[in-house]
Amino acid sequence: MKNIGKIHNPYNDDKVIDACSIFGMMDTSGKLFSGEGIIKAIANMHDRSNGLGGGFAIYGLYPEYADLYAFHIMYLNQSAHNQTECFLKTHFDVIQAEEIPTRPTESILNPPLMWRYFIEVGNHKPEDMSDDDYIVAKVMQINTILEDVFVFSSGKNMGVFKGVGYPEDIAAYFCLEQYRGYLWTAHGRFPTNTPGWWGGSHPFSILDWTVVHNGEISSYGINRRYLEQSGYQCTMQTDTEVVAYAVDLLVRRHGLPMELVAKILAPPFWDEIERQPERQRDLLKTIRQVYGSLLLNGPFTVIIAHHGEMIGLTDRIRLRPLAVGEKGDVLYLSSEESAIHLICSDLDRVWTPVGGELVIGKLGKSSRTGIKKVITGAIR
Amino acid sequence: MEKVENVSAVKIDASNVHYRQLNARLRELVAANTQKIEIRNVFGQRYIGTGLNVAVEIEIFGTPGNDMGVFMDAVRLIVHGNAQDGCGNTMNGGEIIIHGRAGDTVGLSARGGSIFVRDSVGYRAGIHMKEYGDQKPTLVIGGTAQDFLGEYMAGGVLVLLGINLEGDTHKARFIGTGMHGGVIYLRGEVEGHQLGKEVGTSELNENDQQTLTKLVTEFANHFGYNAEDLLRQKFTKLYPKYLRPYGQLYTY
Amino acid sequence: MKTYVPPKFMIIRDPARCIQCQICVNQCSFDANYYDIEDSEVRNRDENCVGCHRCMTFCPTRAITITKNPLEYRENYNWRSEDIEDIWKQAESGGVLLTGMGNDKGYPIYWDHLLLNASQVTNPSIDPLREPMELVTYLGKKPDRVRIDRDSFDLETELAPQVKLNLPVMFSAMSYGAVSLNVHKSLAQAATEMGILWNTGEGGLHHSLYKYGNNTIVQVASGRFGVHAQYLNVARVVEIKIGQGAKPGIGGHLPAEKVTAEVALTRMIPRGTDALSPAPQHDIYSIEDLAQLVYALKEATNYTKPISVKIAAVHNSAAIASGMVRAGADIIVLDGLRGATGAAPKVIRDNVGIPIELALASVDTRLRQEGIRNQASLVISGGIRNSGDVIKAIALGADAVNIGTAALIALGCHVCQQCHTGKCAWGICTSNLSLTKRINPEIGARRLSNLLRGWSLEIKDMLGGLGINALESLRGNRLHLRGVGLTDTEAEILGVRMAGS
Repeated sequence: MKNIGKIHNPYNDDKVIDACSIFGMMDTSGKLFSGEGIIKAIANMHDRSNGLGGGFAIYGLYPEYADLYAFHIMYLNQSAHNQTECFLKTHFDVIQAEEIPTRPTESILNPPLMWRYFIEVGNHKPEDMSDDDYIVAKVMQINTILEDVFVFSSGKNMGVFKGVGYPEDIAAYFCLEQYRGYLWTAHGRFPTNTPGWWGGSHPFSILDWTVVHNGEISSYGINRRYLEQSGYQCTMQTDTEVVAYAVDLLVRRHGLPMELVAKILAPPFWDEIERQPERQRDLLKTIRQVYGSLLLNGPFTVIIAHHGEMIGLTDRIRLRPLAVGEKGDVLYLSSEESAIHLICSDLDRVWTPVGGELVIGKLGKSSRTGIKKVITGAIR
Repeated sequence: MEKVENVSAVKIDASNVHYRQLNARLRELVAANTQKIEIRNVFGQRYIGTGLNVAVEIEIFGTPGNDMGVFMDAVRLIVHGNAQDGCGNTMNGGEIIIHGRAGDTVGLSARGGSIFVRDSVGYRAGIHMKEYGDQKPTLVIGGTAQDFLGEYMAGGVLVLLGINLEGDTHKARFIGTGMHGGVIYLRGEVEGHQLGKEVGTSELNENDQQTLTKLVTEFANHFGYNAEDLLRQKFTKLYPKYLRPYGQLYTY
Repeated sequence: MKTYVPPKFMIIRDPARCIQCQICVNQCSFDANYYDIEDSEVRNRDENCVGCHRCMTFCPTRAITITKNPLEYRENYNWRSEDIEDIWKQAESGGVLLTGMGNDKGYPIYWDHLLLNASQVTNPSIDPLREPMELVTYLGKKPDRVRIDRDSFDLETELAPQVKLNLPVMFSAMSYGAVSLNVHKSLAQAATEMGILWNTGEGGLHHSLYKYGNNTIVQVASGRFGVHAQYLNVARVVEIKIGQGAKPGIGGHLPAEKVTAEVALTRMIPRGTDALSPAPQHDIYSIEDLAQLVYALKEATNYTKPISVKIAAVHNSAAIASGMVRAGADIIVLDGLRGATGAAPKVIRDNVGIPIELALASVDTRLRQEGIRNQASLVISGGIRNSGDVIKAIALGADAVNIGTAALIALGCHVCQQCHTGKCAWGICTSNLSLTKRINPEIGARRLSNLLRGWSLEIKDMLGGLGINALESLRGNRLHLRGVGLTDTEAEILGVRMAGS
């Protein structure tokens, strides 16, 4: 989408500001489940959003194409569609192309054309580039150079569905009750300074990383400048975007474990660091000294997901809420506890993490051990 | 919604009912002199107990939403389940009894009434509770609390029992930071660095003991504990060192 | 030769209040108040008065008022009194006009054209008195990334030496000789108490102050006064001084009158000679030579201390700063147009260099564009007046600021610009022992600490309003600044948008 900043942030504010409801749900045994529960849960927090954005991310979505990148693309008109398909055919092997099934929904107005493509990188990339880096580069290229088109999902065996409307209406529009996945995240949006456009809804994603976010990040200006040094272009001008890029930089490019990334995004206070045993102190101090510009300051809760992991994190003085529910292998994360109870009447445990405390569900481990490792492990 | 008859006890099913409908219904019932209301299947409906201002008893089954009892007066709310954020916000009077846990900012700016929480609470519990005239808010928490418990507390009594700690210590940081009134009775251990710099600690005197015994007995009665057992363990009194913690802050 | 230069000030003594106690006479180091023995009366020599207010402050009956000489020249926008009088001074002496303190001309003060943001609704302000608010800053080179062992979480990255500051304010370099030992003691004590650093300047470190080494930056300047292994190793940071905002491009002279026995001892030069600081460092004629000196100092201190390099803010500061980082500087200090001095040619002080705000913004931007901003900390100085200036500097991209004049004002300086005379009546910029004792280091340290305490409370208040509870989240976060009364070009260089946009 050419002029994406202008479309997403028409008033050219410092950043797009939005408050929200978020929900995440993961079966750590990998079992696929339908969207019925999460749709009900996010709808229950209807009053936290204002109908200007809703969206879902689903993992384990396309098992039949598990090895192919799945692009979800929105087009504002037919000529963008034609132009982009040319681009895709030039730069990838397109294995399958189809329109994303939708149903007419009363409250959904002026939807763009929605298509999905299953693609392979094949021989198209330069030799010294990884497939992932090639995909990132091409997605950025389409999103910033081509006209009237926006790639909003680009991972394998996962997909993002989002648009302008309440999340339950978006779910109805995309027929999400028909899909199954082992990890779902959802978002209901309350933007204050954008009229709302389809690409601007959450989840934000690149490759299989998705972020849903509640709150405002006051450190956005420096987070963005820091990321720009590493080549990230914050074209959407939203604080959620910096979370996605920060995680991509720290996990994928710097090879840090999520447990440490949480201590970069929401570090302990200096005096707490000083009270740690020497080994932890040195580690925490060093990462805070080096990555201070990536501290996310201000009120936020995020649910970050990629294949095999769902992560919940709040700011270090917990100015935004996060409730955690556990039932067997299933981990729930929600802005409000009631939404979890609504879809699971007999939770094993429900609790709230302290500010800056990471909650992780990991595939193959019961959620409880995943969480426990973090709480009692070397870092905390 | 059907016309309300003058009956003393009414049951409501809140399934799929928006908070505006639910609270409107409660106002109707109260206007019709209903004494006791039972609400089932509550999932996140906000502001329950607000705008009624008469001595009615409301039993809630489920998870009431944010700001339960905000600006509340005279009502008695009994929750069978967990409460979310902001419960008892700016409460003037009445009673909230939670058979479960509560979220963040329970009792925010409460000026009167009492809140009993069986389990733990989230961030900033009892923040800026204050007393006025003969109004003195009380907040008794059976479990433990997260950070900023009693933050800039200006009055009232806050009791933290730590029943669920099972030998562990309280983990809350910044307890009583900015405290300049009221008192916190804390059962269980905290370290000095967990307390705000405006907080003093001492043993309980006879008056304290009386206040505490009364509140703990009431708590025990609500939730089926033995008050004597609870009172047997050592309590620490946290009090504001200064009435004007910022008296020296400014220059002219 | 008869001087045509009229008195700047008039001393007005209320005879009804004056008790002839002569305190004003004793306090005045410029002989502007004197006792007429014949008439048994305290009298004035207005032509000597520098407007330092020492007599007025200490007059027990408040009998003294100092006022500007109301003398008017014929109005002339081009030929102002200062221009006319400067010409008379030079015509009468044939000399270079000398002055003290920083540039006092009406160049734009960009701090006054920048405004901060605050949180409303979408984001809560944070209450700094009750909730944690972190001003801790670590100066020193940071790597591009941290490496750890994925299994054990063991740290594999070893950081270059880092220096902790409890608040992002340090004391500027002011040499012993230019200022008195008691001023150094006050600065050293206050820095230690507040957890920041003070800076020796280029005149060495008096042996009695070695105990404050952990809070001391020692300077290595062109004169190399008092520089030796012990001096380098006692410090927390070693600073190479290339230039100074008040006099970019030139050296300096400490006149022999100020080279007392103790100054001579500390600078390790003969007593009663001028101490000459050459204009360049004669081992640095190019950027690779800077690298050579940086690494000489790292070798001399076994890589245990960050090496700082201080330059005056000049036209191509951004390119110079980039070179300095690549030459191995761990800290870069930029001293702006308004940076002060103990003595400088007036024409240089008033006409050379650029405003620090613009230099800071362009250097920070350039280092980020080149991806090397993390490799050095950025410290700025030159006219920082209050905590508002400090926080704006941080938002523009500084890691910390230095204060010189503000620190001296805390000690009593009245900015009368007579530093170069060595007669400072407040006992600050002098080595005359009868004057230097006017600074009590204990009281001086308390005044300095109080100032920093007040500023740090104010900075916390402003940060809280921004919804930020750690200074690193404001550092370089120019979105929290807006400009007023700036041209498009100025706003672009500062990297800020106009208020209302």
